[in-house]
Amino acid sequence: MTETVASELPAQAFPVPRGCPFSEPAEYARLRERAPVSKVRLPGGEQAWWVSGYEEGRAVLADPRFSSDRRKDNFPNPTGDPRFRERFRRQPPSMIGMDGADHSAARRAVIGEFTVKRLAALRPRIQQIVDGFIDDMLAAGTRPVDLVRALSLPVPSLVICEMLGAPYADHEYFQSRTAALIRRSTPSDERLRASDELRSYLADLLARKEAEPGDDLYSRQIARQRTGGALDHESLVSTATLLLLAGHETTANMISLGVVGLLEHPEQLALIKSDPAKTPLAVEELLRYFAIVETATSRVATEDVEIGGVTVKADEGIIVSGLSANWDPAMFSSPGELDLERGARHHIAFGYGPHQCLGQNLARLELQIVFDTLFRRIPGLRLAGPVDDIPFKANASIYGAYELPVTW
Amino acid sequence: MRIKADTGVCVGAGQCVLTEPAVFDQDDDGIVVLLTDQPGDQAAARAREAVGLCPSQALSIVED
Ligand code: HEM
Ligand code: SF4
Repeated sequence: MTETVASELPAQAFPVPRGCPFSEPAEYARLRERAPVSKVRLPGGEQAWWVSGYEEGRAVLADPRFSSDRRKDNFPNPTGDPRFRERFRRQPPSMIGMDGADHSAARRAVIGEFTVKRLAALRPRIQQIVDGFIDDMLAAGTRPVDLVRALSLPVPSLVICEMLGAPYADHEYFQSRTAALIRRSTPSDERLRASDELRSYLADLLARKEAEPGDDLYSRQIARQRTGGALDHESLVSTATLLLLAGHETTANMISLGVVGLLEHPEQLALIKSDPAKTPLAVEELLRYFAIVETATSRVATEDVEIGGVTVKADEGIIVSGLSANWDPAMFSSPGELDLERGARHHIAFGYGPHQCLGQNLARLELQIVFDTLFRRIPGLRLAGPVDDIPFKANASIYGAYELPVTW
Repeated sequence: MRIKADTGVCVGAGQCVLTEPAVFDQDDDGIVVLLTDQPGDQAAARAREAVGLCPSQALSIVED
């Protein structure tokens, strides 16, 4: 990549760790005003383009000249550790790292499992799961309760386990591995080991499904590949890993942050308490506001592209900041205000373009059910301490809270 | 107005179905199906919203 002289770059490395959940880093607003597409330094020392404008961000994500192939030299690597790229080169990519026709084929192999109709049929079961964990919370009798362990993490974990056909009994095992993977401060060795362990866990599970298929997504994926010819074990493991990881960490963090956001804005919470028909749009605003998956929307240019007044050269890396785009005042007026009725459906918290989140409608359903049920059944729910005491994930690839003590 | 859907580029995100289920559906593989290509006035406004939300630009409007 053509290196920009270091003195011309913002002093801060990007992405900037998030201080509190109720504002974007001050550097983001400054950069967005000055240049919606600009070069930045990543924490590991590499350079990449940083897209902070909403229009520009959507344009990049819809443009086939930007590749999602993590094996390419300048695909943004925030750690700067070359072993991650080498790792991507050794394993077959999952859909999130594919382009064009390969991506389309891989995505179409599973998208039928996530249609709006299929998910609507899951609603009663998700409701039952949410009620079950809230029953446990109420029955335990001790307070405060850590909402992360009591509700945020178990709900999406159990839902995705049942969908995929992964044993929920193993949740401690895979949750600890994914937690290590997404924490940016995890030493590289440990992160690589966590990724290996997760893969080998899923390879074993898929081998068991091959011998003894169940009525679940993993078994159907195996059957589907069989009908199409030979089984490609490694690529099945890649898809399986992606779905398990993306299926629980994301929604879990969104549940925790959503609860904090609603409790800290009681007049907003009152809106959905009095009229649950408003919850779906409220969920869109919470997704916009917290934009928890900030940099998964990274790409590398395959040719020179003019965008936002600059030329991104072929082979240069680029990061579309979901947070910065969702806080672009040109698209969302007073973006720092949580306004559940603003009509925020065009946010890019789920990305945009062909890779837009495959699980988005599952996440929406889980979030709607959790918020409605939690505040209906525990109307006196409140934070157990000041919001400043909550350990937020300032430096993780998925933003959220490590712990969320609540009481009622 | 008429709505066109390009099933070749649809990525099955289902944003259209969420926005106006009277006009859009998904087949068993998740790909968009038009239930009508000439929605009535009310549905037309929401169908326009769906066109703007579709992440893959699979949907378009032809003004008559
Ligand atoms: C609030 C929850 C969630 C958020 C904020 C979120 C966010 C995202 C984002 C931003 C992308 C785009 C990445 C890119 O452009 O390269 C993405 C892709 C993806 N997400 Fe989610 N996600 C969530 C929940 C889920 C769930 C529940 C699943 C369930 C299985 C899931 C599965 C996936 C998959 C498979 C992809 C890759 C799609 C592709 O490459 O075509 N996500 N997600
Ligand atoms: S919104 Fe677009 S990509 Fe999603 S299902 Fe509808 S047509 Fe397909």
